[in-house]
Amino acid sequence: MASRYSAWRLLKEGLRGQRGWQPAWRDPEPRGRYDVVLVGGGGHGLATAYYLAKTHGVQSIAVLEKGWLGGGNTGRNTTVIRSNYYYPESAALYDLSVRLYEGLSRELNYNVMFSQRGMVMVGHSRHDLEAMARWAGAMQINGVDCEILTREEVGRLVPALDLSPTARYPVHGGIIQRRGGTARHDAVAWGYARAADALGVDIIQNCEVTGFVRSPKGTIIGVETTRGGILADKVGLAAAGHTSLLGEMAGFSLPLTSYALQAFVSEPVKPVIDTVVLSLATGTYISQSDKGGLVIGGGLDLYPSYAQRGNLPVARSVLGAIVDQYPSLGRVRFLRQWAGIVDVSPDSSPILGDTPVPGLYMNCGWGTGGFKAIPAGGTLFAHHLATGRPHPLAEAFGLDRFARGALIDEAAASGIAH
Amino acid sequence: MLLIKCPWCGPRDEHEFRCGGQSHIARPGPPEAVSDEEWSRYMFERINPRGVHYERWVHAFGCRRWFNIARSTADHTIFAVYRMTDAAPQLDGSGESGQ
Repeated sequence: MASRYSAWRLLKEGLRGQRGWQPAWRDPEPRGRYDVVLVGGGGHGLATAYYLAKTHGVQSIAVLEKGWLGGGNTGRNTTVIRSNYYYPESAALYDLSVRLYEGLSRELNYNVMFSQRGMVMVGHSRHDLEAMARWAGAMQINGVDCEILTREEVGRLVPALDLSPTARYPVHGGIIQRRGGTARHDAVAWGYARAADALGVDIIQNCEVTGFVRSPKGTIIGVETTRGGILADKVGLAAAGHTSLLGEMAGFSLPLTSYALQAFVSEPVKPVIDTVVLSLATGTYISQSDKGGLVIGGGLDLYPSYAQRGNLPVARSVLGAIVDQYPSLGRVRFLRQWAGIVDVSPDSSPILGDTPVPGLYMNCGWGTGGFKAIPAGGTLFAHHLATGRPHPLAEAFGLDRFARGALIDEAAASGIAH
Repeated sequence: MLLIKCPWCGPRDEHEFRCGGQSHIARPGPPEAVSDEEWSRYMFERINPRGVHYERWVHAFGCRRWFNIARSTADHTIFAVYRMTDAAPQLDGSGESGQ
């Protein structure tokens, strides 16, 4: 295994000319058989592999990634972590994730740079304030920290906001989850990959699943890949926006639609925003990375897409809304724009657990909010794969909720576009 | 940016339109004979292909009429625009435009 990272190690390698570092994970050839094969080498797949090995002692696990590790939505999000949800089921799920993030750097011996700089949600009308008071009340009842802010308090927290009465989006007040924040998204994937590899998990990149192997009874007992067939007792899907395509290979459709979600980052500038700020009416949000880049996101593109690039009208409306709220940023130049393909479910809540086919399990439907949920998604999916039963926190999120009408409609409840 | 040929107004910019999702979904019936699972499939399940997608659009900031588009979700190429009551065109995937 790769040796531990520490300040002492950094000093030692510095004195030795940085010649003692080892690759953080191996690059193994796929074996013919594993206990569990996970499809998708992003945050959720890697975290699931880690908790399967660490918590449940599963010996033989492979993570198959068609591209490179963390190259999908884990590397394409805006790095925001929060648990400001409305329903008790969602609050319990996402708050577990925030708590796991709080200890993650130590758990993985890898600095994921989780910075609890606070998540400010800004209301632009009296009606926004009423919706947010209801939202804040729900969060407090669910045991999630949340405070209501006056207009002046929002102004003190976010001085760059246009607070003038003639502003295009006037600021009436807000709420804050102080435990919310951001983390280094690549480090989350790399940290889980390194820790899982150290526990014996095979991480196999450039290995695309092209079909499933079935027993005579129809149970899935393995996958066909671009690097050969691999048998497995259980196959778990953690493929975000491409889950429907894998479902189609296995012979079922899912209540998912894939959309492009765009994000933008500016040239590095001096510190100007030290929290995460979400605007309720425009659905746009902004934070500033440690390098100084302004990281900006907004709503989904308007039609189904697998093209990881995003369309211009949504870019224009998101950036226009940001400039209207922060006039001083009007002339900041952009460094990059990109899009990830997100799997949106009808109630904007994840779908966890059994698929219609025996032997195949799924962790999908996170939509635009998958990054914040990586540690919880991995914990819950590992529990299901190891025990065959849903984790208590995952019971409400099964595929069967759609036929039962037991939807957890977070899109309407928390007033955000995901 | 898409240039969408509205069947009534002609070619217009994409931001005048709204996408209404998958088209040609048949409502099952009669209601008393439909199981919960079948309703669930009708209400929620979508084919979500990577490739040609037959979908409904409305010219929201124009004539406000609905119509169908056959469009690639992989690269957004529009293969055909046709009316709500028309059957889905059979496409050979060659990118032949129906416009």
